[in-house]
Amino acid sequence: MAVVFQKPKSLTDDILTYCPGCTHGIIHRLVAEAIDDLGVQAKTIGVAPVGCAVFAYNFFAVDMMQAAHGRAPAVATGIKRVHPDNVVFTYQGDGDLASIGMAEIMHAAGRGEKITTIFVNNAIYGMTGGQMAPTTLIGQVTTTSPYGRKEELCGKPIRMSELIAQMDGSAYVARASVHDPKHVLDAKKAIRKAFETQLSGAGFSMVELLSTCPTNWGMTPSESLKWVASDMIPYYPLGVYKDSAKGAA
Amino acid sequence: MAKLLMKGNEAIAEAAIRAGCRYFFGYPITPQNQIPEYMSKRMPQVGGTFLQAESEVSAINMVYGAAGAGARVMTSSSGPGISLKQEGISYLVGAQLPCVIVNIMRGGPGLGSIQPSQGDYYQATRGGGHGDYRIPVFAPSSVGEAVTLTQKAFDMADKYRSPVIVLGDGMIGQMMEPVDLPDSIEINNVDKPWAAVGWDGTRPRAIINSLYIDPSVLERHNIMLQEKFAQIESAEMDYGAELVDDADLVVVAYGTVARIARSAIRMARAEGIKAGMIRPITLWPFPSDPIAKAAETAKAFLTVEMSAGQMIDDVRLAVAGRKPVLFYGRTGGMVPAVRDVLHQIRIAAGAADPRNPLEEAI
Repeated sequence: MAVVFQKPKSLTDDILTYCPGCTHGIIHRLVAEAIDDLGVQAKTIGVAPVGCAVFAYNFFAVDMMQAAHGRAPAVATGIKRVHPDNVVFTYQGDGDLASIGMAEIMHAAGRGEKITTIFVNNAIYGMTGGQMAPTTLIGQVTTTSPYGRKEELCGKPIRMSELIAQMDGSAYVARASVHDPKHVLDAKKAIRKAFETQLSGAGFSMVELLSTCPTNWGMTPSESLKWVASDMIPYYPLGVYKDSAKGAA
Repeated sequence: MAKLLMKGNEAIAEAAIRAGCRYFFGYPITPQNQIPEYMSKRMPQVGGTFLQAESEVSAINMVYGAAGAGARVMTSSSGPGISLKQEGISYLVGAQLPCVIVNIMRGGPGLGSIQPSQGDYYQATRGGGHGDYRIPVFAPSSVGEAVTLTQKAFDMADKYRSPVIVLGDGMIGQMMEPVDLPDSIEINNVDKPWAAVGWDGTRPRAIINSLYIDPSVLERHNIMLQEKFAQIESAEMDYGAELVDDADLVVVAYGTVARIARSAIRMARAEGIKAGMIRPITLWPFPSDPIAKAAETAKAFLTVEMSAGQMIDDVRLAVAGRKPVLFYGRTGGMVPAVRDVLHQIRIAAGAADPRNPLEEAI
């Protein structure tokens, strides 16, 4: 019997701990497929964040480290400097990367650290119960912005891909989404390109993925997917923000 | 082997390199700057990596990554920077990663001063970060001893899969002394099958982690850590004793202060006061047993520190109320003079009037 569909080798058999309708699972699969496709499973070391993806060390079938909140790019820097020929990636959420870990991600990009960051932006703190993130949209209700995020109080959401693309050390920066099959395929290409950029030694690479949080958004899974398209993408435009192989987009 | 005249900070850095340390991540702060400066010059010469991090927080997390990847790695700082590193140090302990952390102490609290202090004793010996843990702490009292203890620290870190602290004060870091630097030392390189180096499927996957979400599993992890700490306590305590056997008064002091106290007890002896000294070389494990033993014969103890009194807690625990434990300390970056310590010894021996702190100069 021909195998027409199977789990990537770079995912373990562990059951994912994500909520129903959350798109972390799709993103995990895309990362694992990229590692498989490039044939680098045996030399990949991943760094898990603090947040919903904290258990990523159970899910990726590669050597893994768990980092303190926001510090994954610094941990990845230490690993990469010891093993420059390995493939090193961080998997981080928006609270982890764009709030408490802002210094670490900016300086990793600034140094042109030859690592790949998978940045999952769902506009909210998921693991801790739905608090406001730096990426939370204006007007979005969270447990710490119960009247909706107000610009005069909190400023506007931070667009990380645009920021990182400005750093001379970044070589590939793209924002993708996984809310429908077409965009999943685009996201897969971007993730693969990011890992290829690391392998080429060109510099820092990051893919920001717009993701859902039905539990904390208070929506059904299908409503969440629609909200990504209707509300998130207009503020967080998709596309390649930097590709050093082609010049800035 | 010729002796070299070296600044304490530089000697510590060179000792680390000769102990096989090839990765250093740090951030500028006085009075430890000569360590990263020296490393930035030497690491490229020996094929190692020096990286100036964007913060102390990042530096300790780079150490976490490099240690988890199996490397001999070090960072250094001073009080305010060590405070920033505490999050990472707690993670290093939880994930059982070996590394060496140098703290060249300055006056505190807050920004404090840049002058010598021993005010970080509690922070170093009580864990310092969140959670239940201890870290081995070496306290050199000379540049030469800083060299040997730095090298021991790397071996101990690997042996116990733990961070190890070398706790100097600004005086140790800044002063120059002749040191023996062996061209090559015996490095106890241990296998690190737990390290993350890339998984080829022939061994269990490496997972460097301090998260155990199930409380029963986390309790087992804690029990295992406590057993390790007990093992360190029973095997690694180190101290020096001088003129203790017949001493009526035992001075307890470490680091720079021990050198000052040494001069003071010798002067006291010349005056007929039977003074001796116990000098902790490891602050944790603390030399409780030798102090407890001395409490059987000595009449009193005098703890001297460049702090408002921190190590005195450990001395009192060891003496357990059997004898008086007196204290003399200076703070803020002030270093006690020999005559001040001698005066305190005279008071303790009943040979000077405590109401008159301005006894004749010696």
